[in-house]
Amino acid sequence: MDPTPDVLRDLHRRMVRIRLFEEAAGRLAEAAKLPGFLHLYVGEEAVASGVCAHLSDADRITSTHRGHGHLVAKGGRFAPMMAELMGKATGYCNGKGGSMHISSLELGMLGANGIVGAGSPIAVGAAFASKYRADGTVAVAFFGDGSTNIGAFHEAANMACALKLPAVFVCENNEYGEFTPRSKTMAITDIVDRAAGYGMPGVIVDGMDVVAVHEAAGEAIARARAGEGPSLVEAKTYRFFNHHGVQNLGLKYRSDDEVAQWRQRDPISLLEQRVLADGSLTQADLDATWADGRAEIDDAIAFAEASPFPDPASLLADVYTETLR
Amino acid sequence: MSATTTDVRSLTYVQAFNEAVRQCMEADDSVFCAGEDVGAFGGVFGSFAGLQARFGERRVVDTPISEQAIIGLGVGSAVSGLRPIVDIMFMDFLLVALDQVVNQAAKLKYMFGGKATLPLTITTAGGGGLSAAAQHSQSLEAILCHIPGLKVVYPSNAYDMKGLMVSCIREDNPTVMVKHKRLLGAKGPVPEECYAIPLGVAEVKRPGRDVTVVAFGRMVDESMRAAKRLAEDGIEVEVIDPRTLQPLDSATIVESAKRTNRIVVVHEAVRFGGLGAEIAAQIQEEAFDYLDAPVGRVAAPFSPVPFSPVLEQAYLPDADRIAAAVRSTLQRA
Repeated sequence: MDPTPDVLRDLHRRMVRIRLFEEAAGRLAEAAKLPGFLHLYVGEEAVASGVCAHLSDADRITSTHRGHGHLVAKGGRFAPMMAELMGKATGYCNGKGGSMHISSLELGMLGANGIVGAGSPIAVGAAFASKYRADGTVAVAFFGDGSTNIGAFHEAANMACALKLPAVFVCENNEYGEFTPRSKTMAITDIVDRAAGYGMPGVIVDGMDVVAVHEAAGEAIARARAGEGPSLVEAKTYRFFNHHGVQNLGLKYRSDDEVAQWRQRDPISLLEQRVLADGSLTQADLDATWADGRAEIDDAIAFAEASPFPDPASLLADVYTETLR
Repeated sequence: MSATTTDVRSLTYVQAFNEAVRQCMEADDSVFCAGEDVGAFGGVFGSFAGLQARFGERRVVDTPISEQAIIGLGVGSAVSGLRPIVDIMFMDFLLVALDQVVNQAAKLKYMFGGKATLPLTITTAGGGGLSAAAQHSQSLEAILCHIPGLKVVYPSNAYDMKGLMVSCIREDNPTVMVKHKRLLGAKGPVPEECYAIPLGVAEVKRPGRDVTVVAFGRMVDESMRAAKRLAEDGIEVEVIDPRTLQPLDSATIVESAKRTNRIVVVHEAVRFGGLGAEIAAQIQEEAFDYLDAPVGRVAAPFSPVPFSPVLEQAYLPDADRIAAAVRSTLQRA
């Protein structure tokens, strides 16, 4: 069934917000205004957007080192996100996490993660809590193709299936584990082949087509909510920028031609062409979304730049919770 | 606690653990247990005996042999508001899951700016003395104590086991509860009521004026035996059991050292980089001018734990070695 114009507008808005946030972060990094490492999600927007459109704040996700897009898609606000990237006290994590640990528990986003593969076992725990409480919520683990070579992924997939938990495993297969092509690190072409080994259904989806991602994720999430157990969704996608930072051309590990070819399948352009062609949205609708996003990003940068750095006295705060009972 | 003697039953160390878990599960539906063989089998040491029959498969969950996913189950469910008890059968196996323990459980709260709460209890069994050889006998508590965000508890007797385990379950931080395998059958008085012993509070097991001995886990019994023997020669040893290793009750240890002017630290773990090194460093920082002798350490030599009973006996500290270390400390001017 074709998505309604409202759903398409929502998917477009999520992708545009991710794109604008990531491009702004890239510009700030190049201007040396962001400390630390930066792993940008540009090119992969359709995956987080298509999946998170099915989730409420009570549903939980785990993320990766490339996690800004997941938080934006889950409803993250630009201002505390940008402040976090700058290491400011007003950030989502009070400046203690940064890009690689950005999180918002109230939005059900259990953190970007600096350890490849570590999110999946945590998603199993979140899914266990959903089943334990029988509250109809689900947990989604986002992870890359590279992390399916790590034991933690396999332990998590097996345990989620063995315990029949309401979990969805979403693989963002961008064809590179950091700087090494997938073909050199595994003997299979499709990550989805791994699903059968754990007894869960798996589906491959065009990760540049947000409508296709939305449909496939919808089925997997509905299956989880219905108590039928985990599924694996493999989205074939591509990172337009480098593994970290923004440089995207002239690097030896992938060719400029390859990057250019994938950029022709820009997920936002593909959706815009589609909705204009079938008349479900107008150019004015699309322009309004971009304009709203640009205004939000300008405000967020101003907010983050004007925000104070954390008080050095807060260094030791929040290592432990004070137990009150 | 109400330690009025008459009606206090005697329980083993592992029964005391089991009773703490059962009473906390009765009091709070958010508490559940998961791990290898914890269900119908009741845990390899009987730690979880009868709990699945009492609470069902929803709350006492058999897991695959997947240590990373077991800790991940705990981390993810704890940040989602449950109060998990996840069991890692042997302390050695914690190493398989160290990413989830160290990079995830211990750090999420801090990395998230304090907005996460992790009421997670990891239970495991450490220590040697069963000819279980190098991969089932280690004392790895120093590794855990080195990690900000974790708490580490190591009871030496049945009474402390119950009270400390209750505190671990009620704790809002990730806590590792280490059971010593040689103490599982050790009996002692354990009140039936659900009582808590606060974490981070040492107990003076025996007052003494001449030397302070700090020991935890099974080494408390060995130290008490050594102290009794030394008392026959007029040497009064003060034995302190920290009970919680992280946070360590340094104040009680330093105060004692300032009074006795001599201190020996005992542990089953290897000497290099063990808790004894940390305590010795704290003593020289806080009580240097009070010392009449260097801080003594009784610990295992720098080798894996051997299999053969003869070799393992040569490896593990015992009352004889503790007594010898105390005498040696007293011989210093």
